[in-house]
Amino acid sequence: MIEVSGVSFCYPGLESPVLHDINLEIKPGEFLALLGRNGSGKSTFTRLLNGLLVPTDGDVIVDGYNTRDGSHRLRIRQLVGLLFSNPDNQLVAGIVEEDVAFGPENLGLPPAEIRERVEWALSAVGMQDYLKHPPHMLSGGQKQRIAIAGVLALEPSYMVLDEPTSMLDPRGREEVLRTLMDLNREQGTAIIMVTHFVEEAAAADRVVILDHGRVVAMGSPLEVLTRTDDLSDWGLEAPEMVLLCHELRKRGYTRIPMALDSRRVAGAIKQFSCKD
Amino acid sequence: MVNSFTFGQYIPGNSLVHSLDPRTKLFCVVIMMTAVLAVNTFIGVMITALFTGIFLVLTRVPVTIYLRGMRPLIILVVITAAFQLFLIPGEVLWRWWVFSITDNGIKMAALMSYRLFMVFVLAQLLTVTTSPLQLTDGLERILRPLARVGFPAHELAMIMTIALRFIPVFFEEGSKIILAQVSRGADFQGGWLKSARNLVAIMVPLFVRAFRRADDLALAMESRCYTGGEGRTRLHEIAMSRMDYLVMAATAALVPFIIVFRN
Repeated sequence: MIEVSGVSFCYPGLESPVLHDINLEIKPGEFLALLGRNGSGKSTFTRLLNGLLVPTDGDVIVDGYNTRDGSHRLRIRQLVGLLFSNPDNQLVAGIVEEDVAFGPENLGLPPAEIRERVEWALSAVGMQDYLKHPPHMLSGGQKQRIAIAGVLALEPSYMVLDEPTSMLDPRGREEVLRTLMDLNREQGTAIIMVTHFVEEAAAADRVVILDHGRVVAMGSPLEVLTRTDDLSDWGLEAPEMVLLCHELRKRGYTRIPMALDSRRVAGAIKQFSCKD
Repeated sequence: MVNSFTFGQYIPGNSLVHSLDPRTKLFCVVIMMTAVLAVNTFIGVMITALFTGIFLVLTRVPVTIYLRGMRPLIILVVITAAFQLFLIPGEVLWRWWVFSITDNGIKMAALMSYRLFMVFVLAQLLTVTTSPLQLTDGLERILRPLARVGFPAHELAMIMTIALRFIPVFFEEGSKIILAQVSRGADFQGGWLKSARNLVAIMVPLFVRAFRRADDLALAMESRCYTGGEGRTRLHEIAMSRMDYLVMAATAALVPFIIVFRN
């Protein structure tokens, strides 16, 4: 469990804090989406989770290790993998397998185990056929999957992703999202995904919304993402399906359920048209 | 990409030479280059040529690959040979206007061409059969003893690895910047002064982005538990085999011959 209690953060030299009094518990195995407009403090928050940044006030405790305590730094970074948005800027080596091996090499594991982890991590993201490829010959989505494998090879319990799809085309975005959902389901890795695409958050177990450095909403996607007026106040766009349901209800179809899944909405509409 | 072939580009393979430890190859190439530069007799030339020839065959890379890599360097060899041919004094064999060819001139021209040619071939022998990463690993291991006196062996190797990784990235970025500027009306034709000014317009954004990338990369590396060279293991731990020692011994055996056949 990652316990974030009373965390505020202020960059040195800046007057106003980026994060105010954040309280949050992240359970093992959960899929958490963190939404917020640009400048809401969500990127800063990700860097607090693995101890790249240490809170100005409050504590971040990862499975019992406080990020404030420098002696646990490596353990925390291994437990909490962090992935950035630009895949090109986080791949270290010119060969896929060497890059994925980078993390385990840093842990000082024996070569045989590194080899095992590299192969496992690459097959977990579906890139096992690209072992010897140079990353610059791959597509954006593939590169990001390699980057995910690189983090995965550390065998983290939590994976924090800072807008992992923002630099990708729709196809790459889909590839990466599916990979993350599979990881969450099959490996039980907790996923903490920062995004400003509301649609991506719909698949999460829990949604947290940050605005101006504060947690303004927390709950299931259905609870949070249907608050269309609030969402626009927070600088976010409500999901298309929610807008559709709202519009239908406004026009008298009050029995249309609120749903985020396009198939469910389609099913509900179909029922109506059959009845009439 | 397939047609553009650069000097010494790595060709993957599993020949005997490919499988040698990079340190062995570095050692052998340095010895052989020294030998080639030291020889000055016909027998010496034949011995080094034979030895290099055996190595080339063992790489199982077609000789045409090496020759193609040599193409841009031929002009250098020709110019060097011409200088030797016309400027070395000796017994004059042929004269026209201010040009004269002497017996020593011919000998030196042939020898210098041979030396230059062989140095390039040997350099290619190393880089064609050794991936840049292996080469970096090899250098790191060779320099590691110096780390004890504060020499940044691991850091240098890491810098080289990252540089190799980012060369294609910057290449792509550079061409994107050029395209972006051309599409806004920049003109990349013209004299050298203008090209120099244009270069500034390309280099500045390229540098700015490089620094941003470096920042990101540092964070990503730290997030993946990087703390420097200490306690790090490698996926491909390079190790010397019996074959490595054998090849090194065979190459070292070349040294006395070179000394004997020198005059």
